[in-house]
Amino acid sequence: MIFSFIIPISLVLLGFIVGRINEARHFADLEEREDSFKHVVLSDLKTIPEGMNRSQFVSGSVVISIDYYKRIIASIRMFFGGEVASYQSLLTRARREAILRMIDEADDYDSKYIANIRIETSKVFENDEGIGSLEVYAYGTALS
Amino acid sequence: MQISNLESIPGTKIIKHLGMVQGNTVRAKHVGRDILAGLKNIIGGELHAYTELLTESRQQSTDRMIAQATAMGANAVLNVRFSTSSVSAGASEIYVYGTAVVVETE
Repeated sequence: MIFSFIIPISLVLLGFIVGRINEARHFADLEEREDSFKHVVLSDLKTIPEGMNRSQFVSGSVVISIDYYKRIIASIRMFFGGEVASYQSLLTRARREAILRMIDEADDYDSKYIANIRIETSKVFENDEGIGSLEVYAYGTALS
Repeated sequence: MQISNLESIPGTKIIKHLGMVQGNTVRAKHVGRDILAGLKNIIGGELHAYTELLTESRQQSTDRMIAQATAMGANAVLNVRFSTSSVSAGASEIYVYGTAVVVETE
């Protein structure tokens, strides 16, 4: 009887603590890597700037899952409505990570310009309880 | 075979349009990966196994599209688009499409 309370509560706590530490660490890591790629121009336009004569398809992807704590918070939110900040930060992290992986690939080709960037977010491998993971896929054309 | 999501490849000229080419894959996750993912569903974070799985399936779809383009005699696929959708519990489809063309260096 008592276990039916202890288990969900400890999962929420575990999700909250570990999730928060991981998030802070990830954001710090993102800042640092974005800083090192400041010279790469990102664009979602299709135009090719003058003097670019080489192109290469580049992409980056990441699959993330939502922690237990955030799911609970979101389910409370779904009762009252409004902004779900816990999911927002998660999606931001995933998107920035996917873009960075794409830039990383472009960097391998010595490219300083990525054109026609498209970002796609989708729910993947959803199970019967409706808990899925999110995939963010970023792609574009690296020009040099 | 050159792949691009732009409508042209810099330094080249399109001399022939061959029509649309496409490729798809539906992939299911397996139980081993699911257990790990179940743990991650508690603490959150990246699911590396799934990232790899989807990268692999995307590569497979792209290869199928390229095979189709090669069969048509194309040497480039332009304006490539990707789409991902959850088709049923535990399975995802990756679909890629583009226009097969013949390009010539200017």
